[in-house]
Amino acid sequence: MNKIVSLVCGIIFGIGLVISEMINPEKVLGFLNVFRDWDPSLAFVMIGALIVATPIFHLFKNKNKPVFSSNFSIPTNKQLDKKLIIGSIFFGAGWGLIGLCPGPAITSLALLNTSSVVFVVSMFTGFYIALKVN
Amino acid sequence: MNIVNFTPVSALSGGLLIGLSVALFFILNGRMIGISGIASNFLISKNNRIENFLFLVGLILGPLIYSLISGQEVNISISSSLILLIIAGVLVGFGTRLSSGCTSGHGISGISRFSLRSIIATITFMLVGILTVLIKGIL
Repeated sequence: MNKIVSLVCGIIFGIGLVISEMINPEKVLGFLNVFRDWDPSLAFVMIGALIVATPIFHLFKNKNKPVFSSNFSIPTNKQLDKKLIIGSIFFGAGWGLIGLCPGPAITSLALLNTSSVVFVVSMFTGFYIALKVN
Repeated sequence: MNIVNFTPVSALSGGLLIGLSVALFFILNGRMIGISGIASNFLISKNNRIENFLFLVGLILGPLIYSLISGQEVNISISSSLILLIIAGVLVGFGTRLSSGCTSGHGISGISRFSLRSIIATITFMLVGILTVLIKGIL
């Protein structure tokens, strides 16, 4: 069942990215263009997602176990370290350059355009470099 | 500042679906969704590899299923040079792995847990993203 859940959740997430237009880099760049022609739409993507995810997380986090797994796995790292800040700065710079973050980038592979493929391959290279550096 | 192209209804609807996906994945599989984590773990870790792979396949099926149901084609435009795409891709991959999260992992899953790390990460990458777009506009 874990596998079916993963596939279905991926599909729902991907459709959400399409409907919200977060899959479109122009839309993302419009959201980041605060000082000129600002498109605030993507703030509503976050609000929509948090309205659902926040209560569900807090209602279920103290239950014994998830429906199809033996235990919940929730990040425990609470350190506010350099890696968190430096990583976020790198990510923000890359995000602002093109308007793609990991979810929309992978989802946009469905559209078979070369730019998405180049971006995703580079992103995976970035994952690999981070692994080697750490 | 001018407000342009504002589409709050579709943004909110899409956001609710994303939230539903995060909520279901947590209740059923017990994990918090972070796409940079799922993608990089698929690459480097044997743990949950099939689940991670299927999630990524689901993401890619999303636009195809949407087009099938709605009859509307999904179009995006990426206007950039090859070299800029590569630089940005590496920055996004490296940065999200170093900080252990991206827009979904920190911005949604982390903030829904009220994680201070995620709140700080989200503020940082948003501000740097805004700054990057500002600088790009000047150059």
